[in-house]
Amino acid sequence: MCTTCGCGSGQTLIGGHQLKPRSKPGVPVQYRAPATKTAHDHIHEAMDFGAGPAGAHAPGLSQARMVRIERDILSKNDAYAGENRSYFIRHGIFALNLVSSPGSGKTTLLVKSINALNGGLPLAVIEGDQQTDNDAARIRATGAPALQINTGKGCHLDAHMVGQAIHQLHLQDDSLLLIENVGNLVCPAGFDLGEAHKVAILSVTEGEDKPLKYPDMFRAADLMLLNKCDLLPYLDFDAALAEENARRVNPQIQIIRISATTGEGMEAWLKWIRGGCRKAIAAKRP
Amino acid sequence: MHEMSLAEGIVQLVEDAVRADGCARVRAVWLEIGQLAAVEKESLRFCFDAVTRDTVVEGARLEIIETPGQGWCMKCEGNVAVTALYEACPVCGSYQIQVTGGDAMRVKELEVE
Repeated sequence: MCTTCGCGSGQTLIGGHQLKPRSKPGVPVQYRAPATKTAHDHIHEAMDFGAGPAGAHAPGLSQARMVRIERDILSKNDAYAGENRSYFIRHGIFALNLVSSPGSGKTTLLVKSINALNGGLPLAVIEGDQQTDNDAARIRATGAPALQINTGKGCHLDAHMVGQAIHQLHLQDDSLLLIENVGNLVCPAGFDLGEAHKVAILSVTEGEDKPLKYPDMFRAADLMLLNKCDLLPYLDFDAALAEENARRVNPQIQIIRISATTGEGMEAWLKWIRGGCRKAIAAKRP
Repeated sequence: MHEMSLAEGIVQLVEDAVRADGCARVRAVWLEIGQLAAVEKESLRFCFDAVTRDTVVEGARLEIIETPGQGWCMKCEGNVAVTALYEACPVCGSYQIQVTGGDAMRVKELEVE
């Protein structure tokens, strides 16, 4: 288990069931290193410096060889993300990966957005949390299908978990998929799930300097929702400075000020979603 | 970011390569980590030691080559060095910088025998 963020494998649950293993069934994986030491109670009559894999010897160099790999560390995740992305393209699905720190109001914003869309758009939700299915239950109360992924000790969703979730959800063609990631502004930044966009949610009860403190996430996002804007009159929060900080780490980021409580900015956000859905349908390649 | 998952990813890639190559032992793993990649090197070393236990990678040395961060300044219209994502262009002070390099994390090569 990671002592930094508490992450580990083997404890992920999707809708309460164990995650399938990643290795192909029936293929044994050799994990134990072969023994390298042998009993050595005799004296060699010759020393062969050319018997190693390199077949030659140079002074000071061992028989070790170099094997080139040149692969991205996240290439396994990226391959799963690629499969998810092709699935979304084949079915005209517009998928969003919603990321934020815990308590930014992601789930409330989702519930309000689903209610405002009022059945006008087929959609489904994947909820990521370490434990409980409270969030999925809140989404299901709106009438929308939702699947909870419990990451156990994990601090982020990965593409393999989402791949299994989308097949359990039986997504409709030409629909919207909202993936609410684990509340964490660090780890989910590097893990592509196959989504069209990452949407970062920053609430005005946090600090204006969050984009500078957690630059990787704000750089990975295409849209930032500045949430809980109804509280601005009561807070010493400089919204313009927060936006400036987000643009410092990501000059291209789009920003919408929003309040899930009063509905401010909701129309702009829903318009952005509808526009994305239209593009996903137009780009559909069955 | 999440160094434990990264270390697990490294071990998977190395195990694939070892299976393909048929070598007996991995002596060193060479990584290329960009200065702007979201990875804490010391944490990665700690996790690497933990996840390589009882694998073919156990005991291998972890060598990390750090590649410098690079960006394209839209104001200067030129390449500039970037040491952190929130830093201004060292030439004109603008924040309109698009990162163009030094954000990758790769397993470069293995030293095997």
